[in-house]
Amino acid sequence: MITFNQVHKRYPGGYEALKGVSFDIAEGEMVFLTGHSGAGKSTLLKLIAAIERPNSGSVLVNNQNVGALKGGALPYLRRNLGIIFQDHKLLFDRSVFDNVLLPLQICGFDHRESAKRVRAALDKVGLLKREKANPIALSGGEQQRLCIARAIVNRPAILLADEPTGNLDADYAREIMAIFSSFHQVGATLLISTHDESVLQDSGVRRLILKEGVLQ
Amino acid sequence: MTRAFALHLGVLRAVLRRMFASKLAGFLNILVIGIALSLPAGMYMLLQNAQGLVAQLSDAPQISLFLEMNAKAEDVDRLHQQLAQHPAVAGVGFVARAQALEQLKQSTGLSDLISGLEQNPLPDAFVVHPKPGDAQSLDRLRGELAKLPGVKEAQLDSAWAYKLEALLKFGRMGVLILASLLSLALIAVTFNTIRLQILTQHDEIEVAKLIGATDGFIRRPFLYFGATQGLLGGIMAWFIVTVSLLLLNGQLGALAQLYASQFMLHPLSFGDSLSLLLFSVYLGWLGAWLSVARHLSQIGPR
Repeated sequence: MITFNQVHKRYPGGYEALKGVSFDIAEGEMVFLTGHSGAGKSTLLKLIAAIERPNSGSVLVNNQNVGALKGGALPYLRRNLGIIFQDHKLLFDRSVFDNVLLPLQICGFDHRESAKRVRAALDKVGLLKREKANPIALSGGEQQRLCIARAIVNRPAILLADEPTGNLDADYAREIMAIFSSFHQVGATLLISTHDESVLQDSGVRRLILKEGVLQ
Repeated sequence: MTRAFALHLGVLRAVLRRMFASKLAGFLNILVIGIALSLPAGMYMLLQNAQGLVAQLSDAPQISLFLEMNAKAEDVDRLHQQLAQHPAVAGVGFVARAQALEQLKQSTGLSDLISGLEQNPLPDAFVVHPKPGDAQSLDRLRGELAKLPGVKEAQLDSAWAYKLEALLKFGRMGVLILASLLSLALIAVTFNTIRLQILTQHDEIEVAKLIGATDGFIRRPFLYFGATQGLLGGIMAWFIVTVSLLLLNGQLGALAQLYASQFMLHPLSFGDSLSLLLFSVYLGWLGAWLSVARHLSQIGPR
């Protein structure tokens, strides 16, 4: 589903974020991406969503060479991905409901179908009662769950999560991980970056470990 | 088809909501556009009116030939034949001096004064209707006729109309220049409005790009906003011009009455009004398009 082949990524200024990274994630697999901050986890996720492009090597998503996609094709790649951003990227000028609605508006769903899907996604993350609230009134854990609801409302085949339990205490983190497990069970492919040891301990999930841009 | 239509309608509704959310700022923009457009539109309307007046007057140019006072009847007859056979003349009418005096008496109400005259001061005259031609050929004909034996003077009645026509051409060029400049101003106003909107919606645009919005999806509401603002500005301009016309006509009515005339300004025709609105919609759309093309690419990610 996701294949990296000798991927190098160098930022302007000479900083090398990834040095010859190769791996393969099968369809329906759940994988943790770990490593210290600055190890290149965020860069790796950005390459999958074509937010950044590799300097050499190839990134394949669904057998498509993402690095070579033309600008006009990018939106359709991203619609197959559910991305949970480290900084949430929620919109505070609209309600919880409208935040989750945005991906469906972009894909052009009709109104009634959209409302049904938004409520289903909010229900899955336990925010159905807060649909009229402004996201700014939500706690950190709730904002994180809202971000997950927005990422899954479009039912993407692949979920990418960048430090989804970053600033949360252990209980919240476990809750979030339980939500991810439930997606894994219904067949989604997940790549979750984290440095949260408490999350990693109790799972037999495959781990990719990055250290200074090199896969261990 | 209906789904696509519903989507566009949804965008339009959101745009109108946004426009009416910022009542004062939105209204001021529309007012600026309206005033900017009403200047050339108003001048155009005045020119159209003058144009109509000139067309009425210069439709049938005439050359009046006044004969020598001592012209004899056979000279007059010979001249009549000469004129009738002239290739550039469509028709000739003869006004005998007695007949001319009678007309003068009736039309001016100066009969007492005229009756007191010892002799008729008016000469015999021909009214020549030339075949259609431009101002130069008419003037040439006038010169030619003036040299005919027995003719004292030849007057081209529509000469001033041609001068007015030239003046109108000058005015039309002025309107064109003014319209071009103010169109640029309209584009600039829209450009800036959209730029500010893009800045305030920076986060929304970035997130939308990240979750798979096409450029068209992101551009659409801004283009609709520009076009809608242009349309409302155009409507505003139409009202400014029409209300000004009504105010002017009120005064003009009193003035025209003093000259026993029915002259009134005509409003913009349906076609001209439609052109005004379409043009302002297009300019608003263009300003928005330029602004979006310039500013959207600056918002990452690519």
